[in-house]
Amino acid sequence: MKALRNYLNKIKPNFEDGGKLHAFRSVYEGFEAFLYVSNDTSKSGTNIHDAIDSKRIMSIVVIALLPALFFGMYNVGYQHFIHTTGIGSFWEMFGYGFLAILPKLIVSYVVGLGIEFVVAQWKKEEIQEGYLVSGILIPLIVPVDCPLWIMAVAVAFAVIFAKEVFGGTGMNVFNVAIVARAFMFLAYPAKMSGDAVWVSGGSICGIGNGVDGLTAATSLGIASTTVNPNGYVPFSWDMVTGLIPGSIGETSVIAILIGAIILLWTGIASWKTMLSVFVGGGLMAWIFNVIGPNTAMANMPWYEHLVLGGFCFGAVFMATDPVTSARTEKGKYIFGFLIGVMAIVIRVLNPGYPEGMMFAILLMNIFAPLIDYCVVQSNIKNREKRAIKSNF
Amino acid sequence: MSSLFSKQNKEIFSTPLGPNNPITIQVLGICSALAVTSKMEPAIVMGLSVAIITAFSNFVVSLIRKTIPNRIRIIVQLVVVATLVTIVSEILKAVAYDVSVQLSVYVGLIITNCILMGRLEAFAMSHAPWESFLDGLGNGIGYAKILIIVAFFRELLGSGTLLDFRIIPQAFYNMGYINNGLMLMPPMALIIIACIIWFQRSRNKDLQEK
Repeated sequence: MKALRNYLNKIKPNFEDGGKLHAFRSVYEGFEAFLYVSNDTSKSGTNIHDAIDSKRIMSIVVIALLPALFFGMYNVGYQHFIHTTGIGSFWEMFGYGFLAILPKLIVSYVVGLGIEFVVAQWKKEEIQEGYLVSGILIPLIVPVDCPLWIMAVAVAFAVIFAKEVFGGTGMNVFNVAIVARAFMFLAYPAKMSGDAVWVSGGSICGIGNGVDGLTAATSLGIASTTVNPNGYVPFSWDMVTGLIPGSIGETSVIAILIGAIILLWTGIASWKTMLSVFVGGGLMAWIFNVIGPNTAMANMPWYEHLVLGGFCFGAVFMATDPVTSARTEKGKYIFGFLIGVMAIVIRVLNPGYPEGMMFAILLMNIFAPLIDYCVVQSNIKNREKRAIKSNF
Repeated sequence: MSSLFSKQNKEIFSTPLGPNNPITIQVLGICSALAVTSKMEPAIVMGLSVAIITAFSNFVVSLIRKTIPNRIRIIVQLVVVATLVTIVSEILKAVAYDVSVQLSVYVGLIITNCILMGRLEAFAMSHAPWESFLDGLGNGIGYAKILIIVAFFRELLGSGTLLDFRIIPQAFYNMGYINNGLMLMPPMALIIIACIIWFQRSRNKDLQEK
């Protein structure tokens, strides 16, 4: 480690004003601050810094996402093999998934961080670390057959129009990863929904079997298209372990649960938001079970709604995003609850969108500041009342 | 004759094209800019219709501006505009029926176009007919210009065509290129207009707020 520090110190003058690598100043600073906590302090005023800075927060979220990522790799291979020949060892499956997902991760990081570096250099600011998390989230919320160029376009769109125009990390109104997904979903629906994209049918580097026109519907896709009011896929433990077709990282409840435990244990995500998303979703799904329309989606048991699709993934990793969620403690309950409710409402009442989590979170991102405002105002009013009473 | 094209009059005509564009600077007439710009052809027709109507309504209202009683001036202006809109709408139906079907209600809704009412109130009611005519024409063409730029990007990226002529070759589609469906939806028009405003402001120092 000492050697690395010395090396960084040695090359530092190259990046300062007048140095020959000045154009890459922000790149250098980004790496230095990521490897070692930044040494620079503010030049004016009194500042109190939390011991944990946003780079560490981002790193922990990335670690919390790893179980879902690794399980996603295994599941991509598993789905491929059971839909083709049915024969494959664990390492073949994992290797297949690894090779299928690695390009997506690379594209996502190269495009996203590239834009971040350019903007940082252009605005003469430090590089912002926000994309570390978005960069791993975006590959996890797309179907495995989503083409790389579509991801690149969506990442560029989301980073520029959902983040940089608002002022960069910490200023964005919408969750960047969800904007990227919404862009792909609305712009290229054939590659983001339907039956043909959830299971990869090609062979990669000699692993797997090439099959044309492989289709496999997700459980939510089946429930939204079937005409039989009881035609939903019955609950099975595969839905919990995650051995079902779906977006790469969203299928396994167990892997997401491990991530949730890491996030809650380190205190990075709020348990209030997480819990209330599940309460809201469960309650709404139960209401539809009892008095809803007689469709497969409405008749699907409430616990099945919670484990299918992106519900868990959204609740744990997206709704709790500290930038775009409500910030007041009471507000977090309202914010989470309404996300859960809206996700199920969209799923059940709009047959065009079998998954409602994405739009529910985007919608509530808009309302988060309003929720905060109302909570703060009601608190002010209550305290005013108390103050007036005690004066007499 | 030379006074007709004096420097001042040229400015009246040219400022709405760029530095005081009704869409990008005054942010008026956004609704129709979102609605008719998914293809080039309706955008061009819509832009021309608005340009003709703003020019002539400005001219007519300016002619009678001294006799219009102040309290009912909006009604009088609307009568003039509605007459012109009806004429244009009927001509479109006769000459270019397909386009008029695509534009549907938006031709009729030119009556309520904010640019039109804004120019009548802000300019035609206080200026001579010829200046008013130039001002209306300038604003109409400024509007048409933005509409055509937006429609260019939306049609090219959303359908791969321009004026229904295929631009993106079939070979691209065979390689896996897909048209961007979001471009055909109104939100993307708003984002493109935002980009135009961004571009214009970053180039013009006068427009940047401190």
